[in-house]
Amino acid sequence: MSKYNFKEAMNKPERLAPGHRMCAGCGATIAVRGVLRALHEGDRAVIGNATGCLEVSTYMYPYTAWEDSYIHNAFENAGATLSGVETAYKALKKRGRLPEEENFKFITFGGDGGTYDIGFQSLSGAMERGHDMVYVCYDNGAYMNTGIQRSSATPMFADTTTTPVGKQSNGKMQNRKDLASIIADHDVAYVAQTTLTQDFKDLYVKSEKAIYTEGAAFLNVLAPCPRGWRYETSDIMKICKLAMETCYWPLFEVDHGKWTLSYEPKKKLPIEDFLREQGRFKHLFKPGNEDLIEQFQAEVDRRWEDLQYKCAKG
Amino acid sequence: MAIRDRMSGNEAVAFAIKQVNPDVMPAFPITPSTEIPQLVSTYIANGDCDTEFIPVESEHSSMSATIGAEAAGARSLTATSSCGLALMWEELLLAASNRMPCVLALVNRTLSGPININCDHTDGMGARDTGWIQIYAENNQEAYDNFIQAYPIAEDERVQLPVMICQDGFITSHAVENIELLEDDKVSSFVGTYNPQEYLLKPGEPMAMGPYSVSNYAMEARKNQELALEASKEVIVEVAKKYKELTGRGFELFEEYRTEDADYVMVIIGSAAGTAKQAVDDMRAKGKKVGVIKLRVFRPFPAYELAHALKNCKAVAIMDRCESYNGNGGPLGSEIMAGLYRERIYIEAVNYIYGLAGRDFTVDHVYAIFDELEDAVVNGKKPEQFKYIGLRDAMTR
Repeated sequence: MSKYNFKEAMNKPERLAPGHRMCAGCGATIAVRGVLRALHEGDRAVIGNATGCLEVSTYMYPYTAWEDSYIHNAFENAGATLSGVETAYKALKKRGRLPEEENFKFITFGGDGGTYDIGFQSLSGAMERGHDMVYVCYDNGAYMNTGIQRSSATPMFADTTTTPVGKQSNGKMQNRKDLASIIADHDVAYVAQTTLTQDFKDLYVKSEKAIYTEGAAFLNVLAPCPRGWRYETSDIMKICKLAMETCYWPLFEVDHGKWTLSYEPKKKLPIEDFLREQGRFKHLFKPGNEDLIEQFQAEVDRRWEDLQYKCAKG
Repeated sequence: MAIRDRMSGNEAVAFAIKQVNPDVMPAFPITPSTEIPQLVSTYIANGDCDTEFIPVESEHSSMSATIGAEAAGARSLTATSSCGLALMWEELLLAASNRMPCVLALVNRTLSGPININCDHTDGMGARDTGWIQIYAENNQEAYDNFIQAYPIAEDERVQLPVMICQDGFITSHAVENIELLEDDKVSSFVGTYNPQEYLLKPGEPMAMGPYSVSNYAMEARKNQELALEASKEVIVEVAKKYKELTGRGFELFEEYRTEDADYVMVIIGSAAGTAKQAVDDMRAKGKKVGVIKLRVFRPFPAYELAHALKNCKAVAIMDRCESYNGNGGPLGSEIMAGLYRERIYIEAVNYIYGLAGRDFTVDHVYAIFDELEDAVVNGKKPEQFKYIGLRDAMTR
C-alpha cells in the first residue's frame, strides 16, 4: 500500500465528476470521492450502485457523473449484480478476451436501506462467495431517498417519517444493526468501519486496503445526511468528529479476521454531544427524557466495550 | 453425422449449455430445473466446459448476476422454474429493458399455492409481458434445438433481447427419450462468438448502464424495446431456417399438424401437443377433419400468422395450461381471439384450461374437445367459451 499524502490524494483526478444532483453537503458523495481516490492511477473500475439518492442523482439519462464504467441494476441486488460483473471479468480474462494489461477493480455503493435491509441477502451472498470486490455502504441511517424512513441502521430514538416522535412515541424503538460485525462474521478478507475525518486518511487507507486486498471486502462509511439528521449543512465534519469522539461510530478494521481499533478517543465524550447537534434527537432533550439519553449511552458503552474486547483479542 | 443418444429434457439443455460453453452461469436450485445447474457444474468439475458458475443465494440474485455478467461483456445464462421465475420478475424486466441478450432455461412448473412441483405454464405465462422472447418445446429434442438457437436470436443486432427457452417440467425435463445431438464444432459455428458493441469491461471505453430516466426519455426507450421485440420475429424465423438446413429439424413460429383441410383445430403449447397429435391421428383414421397447431414462439406473439393459419377452419379449441384469473380465459385464448378479430376472421373459438399443476391430459380429453367443437358447429350448440377440463367435479363448486 502507498504512503498517505493528503495533498497528493486531494489532487488526484475526480472519478465522480461535479455537476451531479446530490444535495449540498451530502455525506454520500464526499464518501464516494474519498473511496475512489484510493484507486491507483491506471487502474480502471466498474462501479455498481444500489438504487438510492446516489444513483438517481449521478446518472440521470443522458448524463453520467461517473468517469468509470457504472452499473445500476435495482435496489436490493448491488451485491449480486457486481458478482456477475466480477465473474465476467474472470471469464473474459481466462478466455483471452481482455488485454493482459487491463486491470479492473469492482466497487459497489449502496445506502443503508439497500445494504442493511433490502439488499442484505444479496450482499451476504456476494461476501460469502468471496468475489474480488468491495461493497461500500454509505450509511446515513435511514431511507433518505424516499423521505427519511427508518432502516435497521437508524439509531434508537431517531425521529424518522415511519418512527415519528409523538405523544405516544419517542422515535425508533430498536437499536441499530451492527452490520460491519455481521459481515466480519462472514469470514471475508477485509471489513472496515470509517467516516469522514479532517485529513481523510482513515477513509483513504481503508479504501485502498479494501480495493487491493484479494477477495471480498466491506466498508461501512458513516455519511451524514443534513436533511435526515437535521443539522446545518456546513457542520458535517463536526458531526462526524462527534460520532467518533463519543464512540457512537468507532473506527476499526477486521483484516483477515484480525480486529484492530483504528482510533481511540483520548477522552470519550458523552453521547449528548453527538445527539444535541441533530434535530432528529431534539425530543431527547425535553425535561423528563433523561432516561432515554441514559439508555442510548448504555448501548454505546456496551458496543464500545464489546469492540475493545474483540480488538484486544486481535 | 449427428450423434444419437437418449436424454431427458434437462440433460439435453445441460448438454447444449456445455456445447455452447457460455462465459458465466449464475443459478439457484429449484425443482424441476435443478438438474440443469447440477449437470453444468459437473461438466465444469470434469473439465468438459469452462463456464464460470456462480452458486448464488437466490433466483433474484441469479438473474441480477446474469445481468451484471452480460453487461460486463460475457455471454450469460441461468435456469429456473416456477417460484424462482416469480422471484426474478423485477430482474426479468431489467434484463429486457437493458437489452441484455442473455438466456434463461425455464422448466415450466406451476406457481404456489397450493405448493405443487408439477407442470403447467403459469410461471412462463406470468412473465409474458416482461419483454423476453419466449420459445416453448414439445419434447427433449426441441428443448435442445431451441437452446442452440437462443443466442443467435438474442445477440442479433436487430434484437438484443433476452430469450427464455421453455420446456415442460417433469413431462419433458425428466422423461428420457431418443435425441439427435449436433457435434460440438457444428454448435460452435452455428452459435458463433459473442462480440458485443458496448460493455462495461470494454478497454478504453467506459460506459454507464441503468440510468434514472425522466419522462422526457423513458417512453422512447420502451418503444425501442417494443420495436426490437417485433423485429425479433423475422430473426427467429431466419435462425430456424438456418437450423433446419443444418439438422433437417424444427419449426418457425408454430408447427401445423394435419391442418391443411381441417375443420377443427386445436392450438396448444408444449408437451401436450404430442397427446393432441396422437388424438388427431386417431380421429383422422375415423374420417374426422381435425388438426393441431403447436405454438413454438409465444413472445413475440404471432397473432397475424395464427389468425391466418386458422381462417379456413370452422372452430378452434385454444388450450391454456394456465389460469390468468381475469374471469375471461387464459392468456393464449385472449391473444388468439384478439388476433382473429383484428383480421376479421369470425370462427367459433373455445378457450379450455387444462393440465394445471400436473393434472393429466389425455387423448380422451382431445376427442371430447373436438366432439364439442363439431357439435357447436353442426348442431348450432353454443359451448361455454371458457371452461376447465379434467376437473374432479365433486370437488369443484
